[in-house]
Amino acid sequence: MSTLPDPAPETAAAPAAPSAPAAKPGSEWLHYAVRNPKLIIGAVLVVILLAVGVVGPMLLDNDNPNEYVGPQAAAPDGTYWMGTTTFGQDVYAQFVHGLRATFLVGVVGGAIAAVIAMVVGFLAGYRGGLVDEILNMLTNIVLVLPALAVLLIINAYMGVRSVAVQGLFIGLTSWPWAARAIRAQTFSLRTREFVDLARLSGSGTWRIVFREIAPNMSSYLFMMFILLFGGSILIASSLDFIGLGPTEGVSLGLMLQSAQQWSALQLGMWWWFIPPGAGITAIVGALYVANVGLDEVFNPKLRES
Amino acid sequence: MLTLDRVTKTFRAGAFGGGSVTAVDRVSFEAAPGELVSLIGESGSGKSTIGRMVLGLTGVSAGSLTLDGEQVRPGKDFYRRVQGVFQDPFSCYNPVFKADRVFALVRRAYHPGVSDKEWADRVEKAVRDVRLDPGQVLGRYPHQLSGGQLQRLLIARALLLDLRFLVADEITSMLDASTRIDVLNLLAGLKERGLGVLYITHDLSLGTYLAEKTVVLRKGRVVERGDTQKVFGNPLHPYTRTLLAAVPRLNQPWTSAEPVEACAYHEGGARDTDLHETEPGHFVACAGLPDCGRTSA
Repeated sequence: MSTLPDPAPETAAAPAAPSAPAAKPGSEWLHYAVRNPKLIIGAVLVVILLAVGVVGPMLLDNDNPNEYVGPQAAAPDGTYWMGTTTFGQDVYAQFVHGLRATFLVGVVGGAIAAVIAMVVGFLAGYRGGLVDEILNMLTNIVLVLPALAVLLIINAYMGVRSVAVQGLFIGLTSWPWAARAIRAQTFSLRTREFVDLARLSGSGTWRIVFREIAPNMSSYLFMMFILLFGGSILIASSLDFIGLGPTEGVSLGLMLQSAQQWSALQLGMWWWFIPPGAGITAIVGALYVANVGLDEVFNPKLRES
Repeated sequence: MLTLDRVTKTFRAGAFGGGSVTAVDRVSFEAAPGELVSLIGESGSGKSTIGRMVLGLTGVSAGSLTLDGEQVRPGKDFYRRVQGVFQDPFSCYNPVFKADRVFALVRRAYHPGVSDKEWADRVEKAVRDVRLDPGQVLGRYPHQLSGGQLQRLLIARALLLDLRFLVADEITSMLDASTRIDVLNLLAGLKERGLGVLYITHDLSLGTYLAEKTVVLRKGRVVERGDTQKVFGNPLHPYTRTLLAAVPRLNQPWTSAEPVEACAYHEGGARDTDLHETEPGHFVACAGLPDCGRTSA
């Protein structure tokens, strides 16, 4: 009883959250979401970056960001906002195109991995027994596969050169740790009595998983997606590095790589590597900040008011 | 009428599921409508497992468990008639949702056609029936309510259904003395409405307060069962006697209980889990003590 927040709940004048709408939890979450500065800041930043990635390339005259258009190794000025590379490529054009490719590979890879991880994790954790044994074996097998080597072979064998397919393969290999984490969480949540109570209310398995168990880990699920999203971007950058990235376009990872390859750091060409590095950091960082805000939105105990 | 006939539950245990633990061993008893049966035993005696089996939350390994002649089949129809209230009210509520969502779940499953207005009236009535003020408890989160309020809300939830049987698993263990009596009186009211109640407890005095019948469990087996007055008035099994001797009394200081030397009953073929009917409505198992005539022979 010592955990009670209110020492005299029977007699306390009911301050029953008058500002919150009493309707569905969905509208209530929205109510707190639009009042949460962390979530707003994070989301706004992500939306701005996404908009730059989507709209930016459309506003450019030249469709090919890798074309040699300007003076070589020029610092940023009015014409070339982010300067040019050693070869005279427009860094701004590369940046907006790279942002688009990076978002694409992150979303495709992260979403595919998140979906597989959730299906496997929830199923194994909730059902247990033989289902768990089999799914756990599958998870462990994929977990110990050297993902980069497998991706290398697949890419080399199939000659994959599009960003979306790269994201697909990354998604298919990066889900195991997330599946294990979800499984463990589900194991602990399914023995709670509110799950029994939901069953006594006639709820079926999937309803219990998605309406009782998943809401308890919604911020965790979102964090998992962010990590998978960031991970996909990093794996894509690694693939780009070993020459198995998209040959046609450009990505932030590819930009960083060529900046490193052509000694931009040593030559003091900060405008070459800072934009892509800052872009990746800003995307993942903004998602993290949004996640902290989401935790407060989903978990009533963390709300300040 | 709830009927348990030699109900057994075995759990897999140990490394690689090689071993097994028998949590409930050939337990038989009945609970008629309007009757409160209290199930008494120490921690780990299998009380809660029996409750979960009655609710269909845990499968039965052997034996038969029937309600009104039908096998327990977990599902919507079954839970319309049989409900449970559990020990720990804090864990019965999903912490991310408001406490009154337990009512919304009942409405979604069993009363989808009821209008908002009528449902609100029904909920308010049920909440008042458990002596809570709807204004203080509805629309709040579980962590904003006390254990007693949450526990009573769960009983109110059960009242919204067309119940025939209620499993109450240690429902008063988290409550203070005055709330406890309120909840017990609620159970008495339910009983009068013709509900059968399985009241699981380790508290003997609460068991005697309401129960028509008492079942004493030890290590998964029934050691003594029968009409409450007979079991507590004339305890025959040494374990029951020890239990009764261990109850603190208000007007007496503590004295150590006298050890029970021998099995009070060891005639008439009480072997294993077979119970012997010593008088009408009073069954007892042989304790298996060294000087028990039958089992040592």
